Amino acid sequence: MTSTRTALAGMAIAAVAFTGLATPAAQAQDGELFIPLLTYRTGPFAGSGIPIADGMRDYLTMLNERDGGIGGVKIRVEECETGYNTQKGVECYESTKSQNPLIYNPYSTGITLQLIPKASVDQIPVLSMAYGLSAAADGKLFPWVFNPPDTYWDGASAAIKYIAQQEGGDLSNLKGKKIGYIFLDAGYGREPIPLLEQFAKDYGFTLTQYPVPADQMQNQSSQWLNVRRDRPDYMIMWGWGAMNPTAVKEAAKIRYPMDKFIGVWWSGGEDDARPAGDGAKGFKTLNFNGVGQDFPAIQDIITHVVDKDLSQVSDTSRVGENLYNRGVMNSFLMAEAIRTAQEMTGKTVIDATDMRAGMENLDITAERLKEAGMEGFMAPLKLSCEDHSGENDVYVQQWDGETWQKVSDWFAPMKDVVRPMLVKAAEEYVASNQPWPERKEPCN
Amino acid sequence: MFYREAGQYKTSYAADMAVFPIRQDRIGIAVILAVAFVGIPLFASDFLLTSIMIPFLIFALATIGLNILTGYCGQLSLGTGAFMGVGAYACYKLTSYFPDTNILVWIVASGFFSAAVGVVFGLPSLRIKGFYLAVATLAAQFFLEWAFIRIPWLYNANASGAIEVASRTGFGITLTGPAAGALPRYFAVLAIVVVMTWIASNLLRGRIGRSFMMIRDMDIAAELIGVRPLHTKLLAFAVSSFYCGVAGAMMVFFWLGAAEPSAFSINLSFQILFMVILGGLGSLIGCFMGAAFIWILPVVIRMVPEVLGLSVEAATVEHVNFVIVGALIIAILIVEPHGLARMWQILKQKLRVWPFPY
Repeated sequence: MTSTRTALAGMAIAAVAFTGLATPAAQAQDGELFIPLLTYRTGPFAGSGIPIADGMRDYLTMLNERDGGIGGVKIRVEECETGYNTQKGVECYESTKSQNPLIYNPYSTGITLQLIPKASVDQIPVLSMAYGLSAAADGKLFPWVFNPPDTYWDGASAAIKYIAQQEGGDLSNLKGKKIGYIFLDAGYGREPIPLLEQFAKDYGFTLTQYPVPADQMQNQSSQWLNVRRDRPDYMIMWGWGAMNPTAVKEAAKIRYPMDKFIGVWWSGGEDDARPAGDGAKGFKTLNFNGVGQDFPAIQDIITHVVDKDLSQVSDTSRVGENLYNRGVMNSFLMAEAIRTAQEMTGKTVIDATDMRAGMENLDITAERLKEAGMEGFMAPLKLSCEDHSGENDVYVQQWDGETWQKVSDWFAPMKDVVRPMLVKAAEEYVASNQPWPERKEPCN
Repeated sequence: MFYREAGQYKTSYAADMAVFPIRQDRIGIAVILAVAFVGIPLFASDFLLTSIMIPFLIFALATIGLNILTGYCGQLSLGTGAFMGVGAYACYKLTSYFPDTNILVWIVASGFFSAAVGVVFGLPSLRIKGFYLAVATLAAQFFLEWAFIRIPWLYNANASGAIEVASRTGFGITLTGPAAGALPRYFAVLAIVVVMTWIASNLLRGRIGRSFMMIRDMDIAAELIGVRPLHTKLLAFAVSSFYCGVAGAMMVFFWLGAAEPSAFSINLSFQILFMVILGGLGSLIGCFMGAAFIWILPVVIRMVPEVLGLSVEAATVEHVNFVIVGALIIAILIVEPHGLARMWQILKQKLRVWPFPY
């Protein structure tokens, strides 16, 4: 009896498997713009992944609802769940790439690294918004990869610049100071180290490092014990997922002065600061997108998407949170690139090659931001053939116990230091990945 | 009726000892090989090749590796993911020093590095057994993962901290890197897996495999009749790690194309261990079944809503997926604790007496 049932179950599975493999996946339809979103609403990084996924999706849905798409063409959005897992990320890529996708947003350094070499072969651009491979900012060598508005090295230089500002403004004031760097011990967290070490030498401060292994993210007491012993004047953090709230809590526990604790933009979620309660007051992070609902575009999302129950956000109050707005900005960049590509080609239905040109010629001016209901939401952004990152202005925000408050003006990272490093890193990447395809796409 | 060996006479000892003594089995394996080498390449889409078949075969090979150690020699190991990582990093270093050599040579050669590391971490197995050994191999997992992150030489000091696969050729065909087509990669993986499975099946049926099983079943008795535990256990670690190392190198070079150290985390070790347990300890066919169940089933479940025309959120599908696969694992292990291989055996037994069961 048991075996009969098992056999039946087995047959059922086989039948499903057969239909699954035999039926081709949904084909691309004419007259639409297809954007697959590689998101993660499950797994250990879901806490950061959900607001980003909601923001990306809701902005595109809003364009469909409010304007009927872009240039009259509807956008088809499809989410593919990666769980922040590189194996599944590649599977998502392979399963959607035959449907004429315009662009990919991997939202994981691991998946980005796998897609970068594929991008030029499959001719589908990759947008890794302020994450992934910093060297990809060199558009001459990475024509299909875009990482606006800033790279991690821009972030590290901005953090050092901000600290110098706090100390009186001049970089020479850093002499004799001690700066601690706590980071996720993976490619992501290790990337800024060469730059920080260089700065330490140039400006005469001491750099102390506190690596947090990925499987020990929620247990940082030993690192913070060392922080208490070393007493750095400032702390810089490169964290993601569960590492952030843990670090903020531990910092509060050892009574580290929170206004001297500065995180990168990926450490600035509401849920990163909130769990530490009052102790988190004063915690600062870098940011490049506006926070809150006081933007016409965000209001449109609420009217056209959230109120119509087309969004997956659990509560309207979650709209406008930092990571949600970052997702919105990500989709805004894509939408603007589509618009640019439509203007350049004169077609309304564009393909991935047009999209690449659209990204490269992206020029979001202050007027355009105002027109799109995004005034003050982000700094104006211009990409070019050489520069796929833009190295844009950032600002510092501070947690007041309830929300993030902007506490600095927009300021530029140290382009003069970072740019040569980017070019050098890009050359090294290409040298170690020979034969690397030459750029064939013309600059225009 | 169809599956019965009546009338098939064996006239020599060799015929009686054959791997597939029954004609129907021989036909079956020939059909499977024909489908794998001819049918799938002819009809399969790129997605089927790159996202289903290649990972499935690579996982099956890693599962064989762990099964040799755990299923045949009785040594529980949680270091599989790290040993796969050793293979991947060894292959990466070798091919960056000798970029012009056939990549297949380095894929196989990287297995020896993994074997050497496996032997070192197998040393504690002489003194400790069972769960305690599992904890000792866990040390391998953590140490090696640390090494992958912390030793810049291993990843050529890339700024990204990951290993990235460049274009490499074998027999004049581009086999790795972004420009490599799905078919050449599939054939390379398939050839390696078929040959190594064949070697494993011969190894395990011979003197060496029997000494593994003697150690597994009762090590004191095995020692008394002349099996040296030191040699046998370390050999099992070496062979097992060799297989895992080759699988790891293939995983990065033929499938993923780039890997961060976290790709070889403890989760990968568990993934392979589940494949072994679910497929059946001490069975080669079980390795393929286990790998298929754990890898292919979730992919298929993910496709179901689309095929049926339902619009379900990706995250919901993923949650449902966890529930279904988890429940099926529990159900299968309750029905048949010896895994899918044992079920297959029972099914064959039933087929032999069908339609007149007794």
